[in-house]
Amino acid sequence: MKLFRIRGGVHPDYRKERTRENPIIALPMPRILCLPLKQHVGAAAKAVVTSGKRVKKGELLARASGAVSAPIHAPTSGYVVDIVDQTAPHPSGLPQKTIMLRSDGKDEWGELPAGIADPFTADPGEIDARVAAAGIVGLGGAAFPSAVKLGLRVGKTLDTLILNGAECEPYLTCDDRIMQEHAEEVVDGARIMAHALGLKRLIIAIETNKPQALDKIRAAAAPFAGVVVVGMPVRYPMGSERHLVKALTGLETPAGKLTADVGVVVHNVGTARAVHQAVRFGRPLISRVITVSGGALSEGRNIEVPLGTLVSDVVAFCGGFKNGTIPHRLISGGPMMGYPLPALDVPVIKGTGGILALTREEINEQTAGPCIRCGTCVTVCPCGLVPMEMAAFIRHDKLEAATKAGIRDCVSCGSCSYICPSHIPLVQYFNYAKGRLNALDRDQRKQERLRTLVEARMARIERQAQAKREAAARARVAKPPVVATNDAPAGDMKVSA
Amino acid sequence: MLVAVGSLALMGATLGTVLGVASRYLAVKSDPLEADLQALLPGSQCGQCGYVGCAPAAAALAKGEAPVTLCIPGGRAVAERLARRLGLEADLSGHEDAEPQYAVIDEKLCIGCLRCFQECTTDAIVGAAKQIHTVIADNCHGCAKCFQTCPTQAVSMHKIQINLADWHWQKPKLRSGLKTRRRH
Repeated sequence: MKLFRIRGGVHPDYRKERTRENPIIALPMPRILCLPLKQHVGAAAKAVVTSGKRVKKGELLARASGAVSAPIHAPTSGYVVDIVDQTAPHPSGLPQKTIMLRSDGKDEWGELPAGIADPFTADPGEIDARVAAAGIVGLGGAAFPSAVKLGLRVGKTLDTLILNGAECEPYLTCDDRIMQEHAEEVVDGARIMAHALGLKRLIIAIETNKPQALDKIRAAAAPFAGVVVVGMPVRYPMGSERHLVKALTGLETPAGKLTADVGVVVHNVGTARAVHQAVRFGRPLISRVITVSGGALSEGRNIEVPLGTLVSDVVAFCGGFKNGTIPHRLISGGPMMGYPLPALDVPVIKGTGGILALTREEINEQTAGPCIRCGTCVTVCPCGLVPMEMAAFIRHDKLEAATKAGIRDCVSCGSCSYICPSHIPLVQYFNYAKGRLNALDRDQRKQERLRTLVEARMARIERQAQAKREAAARARVAKPPVVATNDAPAGDMKVSA
Repeated sequence: MLVAVGSLALMGATLGTVLGVASRYLAVKSDPLEADLQALLPGSQCGQCGYVGCAPAAAALAKGEAPVTLCIPGGRAVAERLARRLGLEADLSGHEDAEPQYAVIDEKLCIGCLRCFQECTTDAIVGAAKQIHTVIADNCHGCAKCFQTCPTQAVSMHKIQINLADWHWQKPKLRSGLKTRRRH
């Protein structure tokens, strides 16, 4: 298959050797699971259980609320201890409503909906509903509710489904292992999604640094016509949705649009496996595979973790930290696009792709120097932006100029920060600017809402005053002014008054 | 030929004179700049800037008597737009937003007098006579008029806490290694 060129990109040290040969092992069920109500993009789920309630494995704990949301299910049997504010697995370390579930050790399944025997004759709407009810979100890291993405067939002309097995982030090997060990499930899930989207063309894209995964997926996909497995050149950020679409189809996704607007939907391989389990067996998303690695850990592993497991339990399972010291940095996700975790007692959630405990040497943090205008960041930017210029604007808080320079098109891949010879924290500036712009938008919307409230109040006051004037006028017309005369009896006056 | 040129020239001269006279004697007194500035302000007439309402504040801005950062509930977003309309290169990087606040009514102290209800310009207070009042925090813009008017001091002002949805990364701090040249 002909591949198209994508611009920019970098070749970081991949450091996948430590975990790529380690098969996926299941984590023994922890005693306590902490399930935040918001583990996805969109509105937080609404809890349907209260403290003290006994639940079986797979039972609904919180239902989706709103169009873009996802439900949450019990990863094991046990009882709900409480629903409390607990530190979120988020760089801010702010609290978030979390369901605390205590395992009873029996791991007993509750009643599940029957699987769909032949999904390829089922109505696409039925598959969407299954995926939505199973609480499946994009497992590549973005955690966007998958059912919403499958619903894109309405109102858009689609022609291709791309299954993203690029896994271009250094350290991470969980998708690689899923493809090697569960190739049939991945291919089946992908075909179900293609059917739900009404698509005949399915491309499975895998970077060529995963030859075993490529072989296994090729073998699994061989019986099916219309499924193409493509080996992608190894370059970061090949796994970015927009860049994968560009490389495979040559189509450029316009700024501010979705890849679906050019007719392509992209899903992660882990998501495909979750869809397979939800549609074929009615199993909700209650666990995920993560890579645990980094120089500060005694052992690197690929682990299937029940959602809600505390990072400290995962670290303990991997033999703890080397020399028992706290790592220099603890990261959720990959080193390029992941974020630092505020503490060890935060849970693994649906969007967690990896836990990395990195040493000072691995991070190689350096003091930023002045920009020397070398232009390397411009060369590597996969979005065709000029990072040095945008950062200069943002440093002086000229957000409008930065917007004109294309800050909204930045995917925060971090290639510029990685390559900068002066170690300028470029992507950090962009993340700040994007957050700040969103905050300004929110302020603006609030101002507009308040303005309509003020106007409504003014109108109401005016209406009331008008009604009063009219009533007074009517009263004057209906009743001629009473002229008190001396011959009128006093009693009458009292009645009329 | 001459007739055509002459008549057009005559028409031009006449109409030009009419327009000139009209612009002199029929000029609209109000400043369009003021109207523009007023449209940028929140319009909630809260008085936190020290002026009676948004219109006097806009007038002061147009005359250059007030800084663009005067609007407290509008914060930085409004300040930036005002600066842009006025053509000012406002360096807002040093300007910290006044912390946005919201009002809370202590139910134990509320006597249902409706005074705060009447003061609230955004209808953020719900209540009826002799019933406990409450504040819809999302609609409150923190003008503290209710706080000042409450006879039983049941109203208190609270800082809006940053939650997970509103949080964003801070600007990277410059280390000692990087010296910036300040240009004004």
